[in-house]
Amino acid sequence: MFGYSMADIGNIVVMQGFSGLSMFTVLLLMALGLAIIFGQMGVINMAHGEFMAIGAYTTVMISKLAANYGFVNYYFVFAIVIAFALAFAVGYFIEFIMIRHLYKRPLDTLLATWGLSLVMQQIFRSTFGAKEVSAELPEWMLGSFKPTPDIDIPINGVFVMFLAIIVTAGVYLFMFRSRWGLRVRATVQNRVMAGAVGINTAKVDRMTFALGCGIAGIAGAAFTTIASTGPTTGTLYIVDSFMVVVFGGAASLMGTIASAFGIAQAQSILQFFMTSSMGKVSTLLVIVGILMMKPEGLFASKLRK
Amino acid sequence: MSTFNRRSFMKAGGALVGALLAVGVISSHALAADYPTAKVNTTGLAVTDTTVKVGILHSATGTMAISETGSIQAEKLAIEQINAMGGILGRKIEVIQEDGASDWPTFAEKSKKLLVKDKVAAVMGCWTSASRKAALPVFEKENGLLFYPTFYEGLEQSKNVFYTGQEATQQILAGLDWIAKEKKAKTFYLIGSDYIWPRTSMKIARKHIEKVLKGTVVGEEYIALGDTQFGSVINKIKLKKPDVIYAAVVGGSNVAWFKQLNAAGLNSSKQTMLTISVTEDEVLGIGGENLAGFYSAMKYFQSQDNPENKKFVAAFKKKWGDKSVIGDVTQAAYLGPWLYKAAVERAGSFDVDKVQAALPGYVFKDAPEGPVTVEANHHLTTKLRIGQWGKDGQAKVVYTSDYIKPDPFPKGYQ
Repeated sequence: MFGYSMADIGNIVVMQGFSGLSMFTVLLLMALGLAIIFGQMGVINMAHGEFMAIGAYTTVMISKLAANYGFVNYYFVFAIVIAFALAFAVGYFIEFIMIRHLYKRPLDTLLATWGLSLVMQQIFRSTFGAKEVSAELPEWMLGSFKPTPDIDIPINGVFVMFLAIIVTAGVYLFMFRSRWGLRVRATVQNRVMAGAVGINTAKVDRMTFALGCGIAGIAGAAFTTIASTGPTTGTLYIVDSFMVVVFGGAASLMGTIASAFGIAQAQSILQFFMTSSMGKVSTLLVIVGILMMKPEGLFASKLRK
Repeated sequence: MSTFNRRSFMKAGGALVGALLAVGVISSHALAADYPTAKVNTTGLAVTDTTVKVGILHSATGTMAISETGSIQAEKLAIEQINAMGGILGRKIEVIQEDGASDWPTFAEKSKKLLVKDKVAAVMGCWTSASRKAALPVFEKENGLLFYPTFYEGLEQSKNVFYTGQEATQQILAGLDWIAKEKKAKTFYLIGSDYIWPRTSMKIARKHIEKVLKGTVVGEEYIALGDTQFGSVINKIKLKKPDVIYAAVVGGSNVAWFKQLNAAGLNSSKQTMLTISVTEDEVLGIGGENLAGFYSAMKYFQSQDNPENKKFVAAFKKKWGDKSVIGDVTQAAYLGPWLYKAAVERAGSFDVDKVQAALPGYVFKDAPEGPVTVEANHHLTTKLRIGQWGKDGQAKVVYTSDYIKPDPFPKGYQ
């Protein structure tokens, strides 16, 4: 077929399948934090990408420390925890000084968080310099896993995949199996009623926002394995993140997962058969088409209006 | 011609520096007196008896700050060194720095401010082609003087601009010749970011591969700027198995490209790659371990061990820190102030028209990259070097071409 042997084609199908899955988990990880904030609170957080950058810079800094003190092989565990904690703390603080004053003005949050993203970018630039930096990856994470001599499965892709599964499961448990999640969902469904039955909705908002930011931090930490970190790294991810969330239906975890999967597979396959930019354009066109027919996204949550 | 010898000045020991400076001050007064301001500045530029204003116009903020910071640093270093030698015609350079903020209209606006309001005698600036194209009409209308450092796609020549980087053919042709000969390469996969410089470069590369090298281009691919997912592209490359990947990917995508290439098992032991978009600056982000063994085609590498370069590297690190690295464009930016100084001294005047006329034909012997000649088309004759990257983020120069004349409008390649 087209001058390639069947073995060649078989290998490519396997690797192409994996690259689609890998892109899926990357998109999922990007979008999860945003889905929580946008979906549950209706806040359009344009600074989402910069919270990822917090996670990424944290990882880079810790990798430098690790290289000095010789724990390079397992620093990533610490990096992820600290990235989460730091992004969570910053998110908590931002909600307190800025976001909570804007809940009744959703369009203003868009402008305010965009301003916030510019401020954060300049802070990164002044603190870490304008040049891109890279985390030093542990030896085991470089290279590929080879089930047969001709198939290469990137180890960093597998790593991101596992992380995405763990984080998604964590979010699911938190939202649907914990007291906290119950309060969050109650607040989303009916804020006044939730307040009336004794839920501190202000506190719930703050926790939800901070949690979304914390997950963005984890995503940022994970992305140091596949890309670099610079002051404007966040802007690379923000469009994709919003696309996944909006396409999936703002308020639904399942929607985010399905949408990330659909977009990743479509893009990955189209990019293989067309050129890279045409693949991306075609995917976007399909998304726009579907959104015109289903403005609520794939999975609209049932809300009492 | 200059009465000061930079080399002997820099060799002087600590005790001598003070004495030399004193001599410099005295003789610079003498020099300034030889060139009365009324004579050397007939068009109302910001030149006084003791100073000359020069603009620096790069992005210190925004996405391009990553790349342009190095150029700003190099230009400031050159200016500081020139001032330490007594300045230009006895006049110290005063820098007026403006921020293009990675926004092309801003470059035009700030150019106008520098030329019309500040009346600077010359501007060191612009980085991307887009910013240069935006600023160019201003420089032509106000008859300003721009020294532009970046290697670029060519197809441009203005009497108001001196291009201190390579135009496309200087970077591409000799590199392809070398890899075709050295690696017996017949099949090429072209990949670049999706904007004017990679597209023009690939067009030239494809023509050269097909017509001159009699090779085949098995794939040509452009990646949206900022895209970080290369899985599908890498699989396509694995299927096509090209002898050489010829790459011009830039910015954040560049890092993702190399990391994912390695993770997919395509390291330098399995795949030959020649890139025209990786300098020491980019390596900081990509990481030496992801690049080790791949080749870059540039006119300058920090590791060059000629004495002029060693001095330059030492001075740069002294001023900007031990960890700073110097890429191709940073070195080209360093040439700007020195070429301007030479031009003014050859012209015996700061008047833009006279300076423009005086620079072509000048050979800058002390350039860190090695001697360069300014040609009548305002580009430089330089050599091309192929560097092979090591894990430490430095390249070993494995090939140096003969001198290549600049040809911004190459016949048969457009």
